[in-house]
Amino acid sequence: MTGITGLLDRRRAIPQKYIPVLVTAGLFVAMFVAGGIRYENFATGQIILNVFIDNAFLLVVAVGMTFVILTGGIDLSVGSVVALATMLSASLLKDGWPAYAVMVLVLVIGAVLGLAMGAIIHYFEIQPFIVTLAGMFLARGLCYTISTESIPIDNPTFTDIAQSRINLGGDLSVSPSAVIAVVVVLIAAYALHYTRLGRNVYATGGSEQSALLMGLPVARTKIAVYTISGFCSALGGLLFAFYSLSGYGLSAVGMELDAIAAVVIGGTLLTGGSGFLFGTVLGVLVLGLIQTIISFEGTLSSWWTKIFIGLLLFVFILLQRVFSGGSRRRSP
Amino acid sequence: MSRILKHRLFWPLVILVALLALNLFFTDNFFKIEMKEGHLYGSVIDIVRFGAPLILVSLGMTLVIATSGIDLSVGSVVAIAGALACLRISDLSDQNSVGGVLGAVGLALVLSVVLGAWNGFLVAGIGIQPIIATLILMVAGRGLAQLITDGQITTVNSSPYKLIGGGYWLTLPFGIIVVAVVLALTAFLTRRLALGLLIESVGGNAEASRLAGISARGVLMTVYAFCGLCAGIAGLMISSNVSSADGNNAGLWIELDAILAVVIGGTPLSGGRFSLSGTVLGALIIQTLTTTIYSIGVPPETTLLFKALVVTIVCLIQSPAFRTKVFHRRRRPVTASPAPEEKVRVTA
Amino acid sequence: MAAPAPILRMSGIGKQFPGVKALDGVDFRLLPGEVHALMGENGAGKSTLIKVLTGVYDIDAGEIELEGRRVAFSSPLAAQQAGISTVYQEVNLCANLSVAENIFIGREPRRFGRIQWKAMRRRAEEILARLDLDLDVSAPLSSYSLAIQQMVAIARAVDIDAKVLILDEPTSSLDAGEVAQLFRVMRRLKEQGIAILFVSHFLDQIYEISDRMTVLRNGTLVGEYLTSELSQVELIGKMIGRELADLEKLEERPPASEGAPLIEAEKLGRTGAIQPFTLTIREGEVVGLAGLLGSGRTEIARLLFGADHAGTGSLKIGGEPVNLRTPRSAVSRKLAFCSENRRAEGLIPDLTVRENLVLALQASRGWTRPIPRRRQDELVDKYIAALNIRPANPDQLIKNLSGGNQQKVLLARWLILEPRLLILDEPTRGIDVGAKAEIQRLVAELSDGGMAVLFISAELEEVLRLSHRVGVLRDRRLVAELDNDEGLTTDTLTETIASGARS
Repeated sequence: MTGITGLLDRRRAIPQKYIPVLVTAGLFVAMFVAGGIRYENFATGQIILNVFIDNAFLLVVAVGMTFVILTGGIDLSVGSVVALATMLSASLLKDGWPAYAVMVLVLVIGAVLGLAMGAIIHYFEIQPFIVTLAGMFLARGLCYTISTESIPIDNPTFTDIAQSRINLGGDLSVSPSAVIAVVVVLIAAYALHYTRLGRNVYATGGSEQSALLMGLPVARTKIAVYTISGFCSALGGLLFAFYSLSGYGLSAVGMELDAIAAVVIGGTLLTGGSGFLFGTVLGVLVLGLIQTIISFEGTLSSWWTKIFIGLLLFVFILLQRVFSGGSRRRSP
Repeated sequence: MSRILKHRLFWPLVILVALLALNLFFTDNFFKIEMKEGHLYGSVIDIVRFGAPLILVSLGMTLVIATSGIDLSVGSVVAIAGALACLRISDLSDQNSVGGVLGAVGLALVLSVVLGAWNGFLVAGIGIQPIIATLILMVAGRGLAQLITDGQITTVNSSPYKLIGGGYWLTLPFGIIVVAVVLALTAFLTRRLALGLLIESVGGNAEASRLAGISARGVLMTVYAFCGLCAGIAGLMISSNVSSADGNNAGLWIELDAILAVVIGGTPLSGGRFSLSGTVLGALIIQTLTTTIYSIGVPPETTLLFKALVVTIVCLIQSPAFRTKVFHRRRRPVTASPAPEEKVRVTA
Repeated sequence: MAAPAPILRMSGIGKQFPGVKALDGVDFRLLPGEVHALMGENGAGKSTLIKVLTGVYDIDAGEIELEGRRVAFSSPLAAQQAGISTVYQEVNLCANLSVAENIFIGREPRRFGRIQWKAMRRRAEEILARLDLDLDVSAPLSSYSLAIQQMVAIARAVDIDAKVLILDEPTSSLDAGEVAQLFRVMRRLKEQGIAILFVSHFLDQIYEISDRMTVLRNGTLVGEYLTSELSQVELIGKMIGRELADLEKLEERPPASEGAPLIEAEKLGRTGAIQPFTLTIREGEVVGLAGLLGSGRTEIARLLFGADHAGTGSLKIGGEPVNLRTPRSAVSRKLAFCSENRRAEGLIPDLTVRENLVLALQASRGWTRPIPRRRQDELVDKYIAALNIRPANPDQLIKNLSGGNQQKVLLARWLILEPRLLILDEPTRGIDVGAKAEIQRLVAELSDGGMAVLFISAELEEVLRLSHRVGVLRDRRLVAELDNDEGLTTDTLTETIASGARS
């Protein structure tokens, strides 16, 4: 109770748009401190770096999802596109394709899939939910047509990337994938904040009708976000391939939900127009830290992760309703 | 002829018949139904039998979608119901006691209704968007199911329980009978009683419904609770069929198939109108698609590709924007624009 | 002072919708540096005129000249680029973005593709300062009142080199202080030579701000006047006009029997909607509400029906104090309300005539007690025949009916319930002559049968013809209650609306 009143008091000092992100940040810190008190060897920098390393692909996917959700849409296809990317990489590498050509091709295919879905959503006015659901089936189906078995990757470029660690001084190190993910986050944050595309994303999510009347390129923006999401999913798939060194049609099942959950926990409204990429990063970190705590706990079973994530979602959505409650009109 | 073509179940029916006909070329005696040991057997019977859980879930989903909502949590409810029933039965001293099994089944169904009502509360009481409200239970519910079974696959050895999903009664698979009963009940509640009218009214225009004296909140709660119940029954059926509960995989992604079945059956995602028979057709199409792919010898891996194709085609056909853009030159919209009515008053 | 050349000239404008002439030979001109009010009641053609001007609709006849050149805009965007900007009552901005962004989005100052936020904020402040506004431009637009949002919209419009600024009912949801602020901004713009087209239903505001006015009625031009030379009474007379006499004459209204008070509202009110009012409606009595659009007519109806919560006051129905929390509780007390907004608040478009007709009855019975099919058929047939609903096919989707027939179905929806009080908000708006006469006759018959009716209409003659008593509203306040006796005419009513008190 005091927590809520405390937040309400602080609202006057801090712009309201930062509140959800701050709530998530506070939660992350609290979890980290609690973990540090409870477990030995927990409160180290490497723990946080490991969260980045283990969730690099999710972070990249969630970045794409953030673009889509900011326009008020949704993309259910991301998990399947991740799997498709791992499958394509593995099978093409097995056929002797050069590693970099594979990477470029995979990224292009991901972007084209997103572009196609975006175009159908915009021009034929079919709900994103259904279109990206079909996209999800399509990408997953393509995986299985390539192979139902897991294909190992032994290409030297891929294994080098997978095994190398970048030393940050001290005992800290990160994987190249984590660095790539952070770079993607930075580029995306720049794009959202400093380019017209980014601002149009916010405007479209705020009110598509108004954006149209203000003469903004709504069609281009909507198609662009699905393209970005497709691209990010493919890139996430590549990172996943580095991480697992194999391609498997059943990998990343349900990752779309993790990505959506990360975005929502990060304070982005599913109705669009409000949220920050930094929140998404925090959302991914919170999800990752829950996993870490559960692995430290040892005896605690993995299903508690799901229950915790569900509870967190509930709390955040409730908080969001409390804080955005004033802007809603008469309820039915 | 044109009236038949325009009927909203025309295309789903054509697709279903085409899929069934396709089987005829690849499977001998596809339509043959035999009587063995007092039970009916045959490929067509199998399609309905294996499709039973999907039909059930889709029925509940139809009503939710008719209120312009959506329920992503049905898969988790499927898992929870199966898990709870199996847990209770495995705790029984005599797993074959009918009373004990009935108690377990009843408990599981009550929990399913409660979970559905929780969704309804989030949507109608707090006013959270349906897709997010039900996402919560979708994520947490999977964990709950595993919590109930303690992460294990709980096996039971109970013949009364086995009846629900795997048994026969009056020569028919029991699952088909359950579906028939639930379908009849749903049709009764919605079409014979007046629930359907109120659901369509709330889905079509919530504010106008409120002003007409409808308690939209009550309707929504009822519908989500009913959807939970349907998912619960489906969960019992699935777990009974394999005599075990798998909190992790039972009913996984069934919500997507169910939403698909509803959409293919001609109920628009925007709500306001629904067709129960369309939904049954839609669910049967999806089940037949799976069976067909097995029977014609295509590797099962391509099921999803076919599904993606069918979904895309059906959705495009149903999109007014698609039809106007593609068939624009041939057809002009029939209904006159009602726009001027608001702008202009014809004064006497 | 010689009048400068008009910046905008529209001549002989005609616009036809299926079955309706929305505009017929309308001339309109706008001079630079003036505030020009476009006047007319609902459906007079004001918004159609604005929409043909800004390229929402094509014109069927006539021509538009901007600065002496013939123009035809394909979209609001094209009009905007040519210098004609529109600010609507509903602010068409993105409330989630900052004030500065809302002014500049799509035209942000950039260097190498990077948005220069600092420059943008500074320029936004400058633009707002020119309008005497001092805002935190980096705060989200949603943190400001509607009035400020409107002014930000104006700032955006003006910054796109607007020569003509159209303000379509910008003041309908503003309070007095906010209106004053808006008017300051408008005067500022006027000084800068911008021509402003202003639409409002508040006469005082029109007289305060406008220089000239053009009055439309039924899609035709009544005339163009200097505001200083036209009194409020004359203006209302020109807006409302004389009702054409081709309506069937109603029987002489029998005097209202001294029925028992059915509705007793005591200081009922709701902030921002209607100031506290006291109103009694007796059984068998038709009470009319007269007043211009936005004067609070609909708000009274919504409070009495429980569609909105009353903030103050008390309500008695049949002598019993009630607290109407939802329309459902009003319906259970046999109140019925036909909203003026048929499409948003009445029709369930995808349902059939039959289903729409029985909806309220079904709702009051609950879903477990369906209306037997035979009874449905009886009811539906009865009301289709009684109200002459065309086509007489109960299984037709209601969205395919004409406006008048839709209205009759909605009326029937409530009549089935045999309510004690029937609230009709603009029941005859936008429907054809025949249907209108039928609905008026029906209202008379119902009240003769003992039903109380609250009748709201913008047409004074209609109100006078049907009502036993008339409540007059002005600026969200019930200013007078007049008995409909020999002495009450449209002129006296007009006078009361204009002056705000009984003359």
